[in-house]
Amino acid sequence: MESYALLLGATLSAGTVLALAALGLLINEKAGIVNLGAEGMMLCAAIAGFAAVVHTGSTWLGFAAGMGAGALLAAIFGLLVIWLNTNQYATGLALSLFGAGFSAFLGLGYVQAKLPELPKYAIPGLADLPVVGPALFTLHPLVYGAVVLAIAMVWFLYRTRAGLVLRAVGESPSSAHALGYPVRRIRLMAVVFGGAMCGLAGAYISTVYTPLWVEGMVSGRGWIALALTTFATWRPARVLLGAYLFGGVTMLQFHLQATGLQVPSQVLSMLPYLATIVVLVLISRNPTWIRANMPASLGKPFYPGS
Amino acid sequence: MLKLEQRPQASKFWTYGSPVLALLITVLIGVGLFVILGKDPVRGLQAFFWEPVKSGYALGELAVKATPLLLIALGLAVCFRSNVWNIGAEGQFVIGAVAAAGMALLADKNTGPWIVPAILVAGVLGGMAWAGIVALLRDRFNANEILVSLMLVYVGTLVLGYLVYGPWKDPMGYNFPQTKTFERVTQIPRLVQGMRMNIGVVIALLGSGLLWAFLFRTRAGFALQVGGLAPAAARYAGFSSRKALWTALLISGATAGLAGALEVAGPLGQLTPYVPAGYGFAAIIVAFVGRLHPVGMIFSSILMSMFYIGGELAQSRLGLPKALTGVFQGLLLFTLLACDTLVAYRIRWMAQKAGPAVAAAKGVR
Repeated sequence: MESYALLLGATLSAGTVLALAALGLLINEKAGIVNLGAEGMMLCAAIAGFAAVVHTGSTWLGFAAGMGAGALLAAIFGLLVIWLNTNQYATGLALSLFGAGFSAFLGLGYVQAKLPELPKYAIPGLADLPVVGPALFTLHPLVYGAVVLAIAMVWFLYRTRAGLVLRAVGESPSSAHALGYPVRRIRLMAVVFGGAMCGLAGAYISTVYTPLWVEGMVSGRGWIALALTTFATWRPARVLLGAYLFGGVTMLQFHLQATGLQVPSQVLSMLPYLATIVVLVLISRNPTWIRANMPASLGKPFYPGS
Repeated sequence: MLKLEQRPQASKFWTYGSPVLALLITVLIGVGLFVILGKDPVRGLQAFFWEPVKSGYALGELAVKATPLLLIALGLAVCFRSNVWNIGAEGQFVIGAVAAAGMALLADKNTGPWIVPAILVAGVLGGMAWAGIVALLRDRFNANEILVSLMLVYVGTLVLGYLVYGPWKDPMGYNFPQTKTFERVTQIPRLVQGMRMNIGVVIALLGSGLLWAFLFRTRAGFALQVGGLAPAAARYAGFSSRKALWTALLISGATAGLAGALEVAGPLGQLTPYVPAGYGFAAIIVAFVGRLHPVGMIFSSILMSMFYIGGELAQSRLGLPKALTGVFQGLLLFTLLACDTLVAYRIRWMAQKAGPAVAAAKGVR
């Protein structure tokens, strides 16, 4: 019982990484832009956040540094894609490749560095409950932050005028432009938000989830987050659920290893990647369903007056 | 205010000028980086652009690294031209190497030279099988090929890890995660005595010629490109998009697998966890910088190989991190994409205030 409670807590923590990144990517996809650079932004943010914590000792400054790094890279991506009309897939890919190299370069001096120990968090009262208390109410504040973010996003997208405009930009940029909305500026803001959230997720990985720096440590989570937005058919609540599902798959792998199951560790490590493929296949099987939910201008360039 | 103005036709000048301009910008940023790091930029540039070409031996090493890059890029060019986004060539390369190693491990003292073609075929089939999964899932279930092919890179690397840490580990290898060294007979024939360069170079150059013929002289190649540029036109002409998808992925899987086989039975001589050296990702840059053109990619693969060797030299001579290679490769693709805007658009400087036409229109009202 106790071990399952711990497993649940670890699942939520692992899912939070994916949830933060995927929720951010969801916003920029709602505006019609696919950013395949998620992995690169998360890597750069991971080292930026890690370095910030090493030098300042504050995890929160680490998060801020990560968000800043993610937002900056996303802004460069956005300028290229939105103003110079470069191909979104190729540019995102360039960002991922550049991010992998650049983070490895920046991180050389930090490979052996250690972070100060994290403070223990506990929600007073609730944390003392038997079994569920330690599992659900002693997690890092950002775990709850991801849930709040998802709720806030549902409200923003479907209950506010700004959310409506954002969705309009993603569905039909030319109509939004004709109505006088600054399509490109809105798209840039959405992309920068996506980058900042990917950055937060990256910094969470390197400062809280596994507090150390290793080259390439994001290990595909950026790509899995991209897959999650499709899996969730671009809905925030489903993104959150999907993220926890994948967090569970990641944790299952460690749990199975601990139970002494006779399966090679590499096979268990494949689970999250195989699960991503399986989920993509299941969700994409019905093309009309995807088409009905996907922002109509996703991946297509828009240049006003052309 | 800057404004982009669509050109009536793609600019011929910038089609070729843009990669050159992108390289210049990347070099300028590189010089800046050397200065920030407190290194002599001239020596830095020497490491990247002079040392790799200054002797016969150096040129041989340049070819050793350019070969897999060119081979993989040739296949990727087919994919990108038909608008199939296979970005998992690294995985196809790894599985090709694994399949080739499986064949090479079958050899013993009495094996004849037939083993070399068998190894290459195994590599090709391995790469094709791995890319075939992507094609199948895309074709049958409409699963996004970008994400599936990328996920299979991680899976492929783990398959390699399982084999070299598990069943294929050399029992006499002091517990290192690697297979035994392959028999001499499996060694891919070298071109020149004393150099690591092997017949892979010839195969890659022939491949470049074959790709040219396929793209520009066959109906299948034409159909594939029409499908990439204008899917509606391709449908109208009766070109099958499914066939294009399978062709593109199987060709690129085959070339990546072949590159893996040439690598593992060539310079490496055994299977190790270090087989994935990022060639599959660097080849994406090679393909774009080479304009997806068979001849252009020969040049860009040499350039990218210089980045690899330059990075190693910068590490040993100047004490700079080898990770610079990745930084420069990524930067080059970034700047290239930005410069490519000039191919389709003219950049105009527009005055912010209203032009005479607008003022006149207002006057009428």
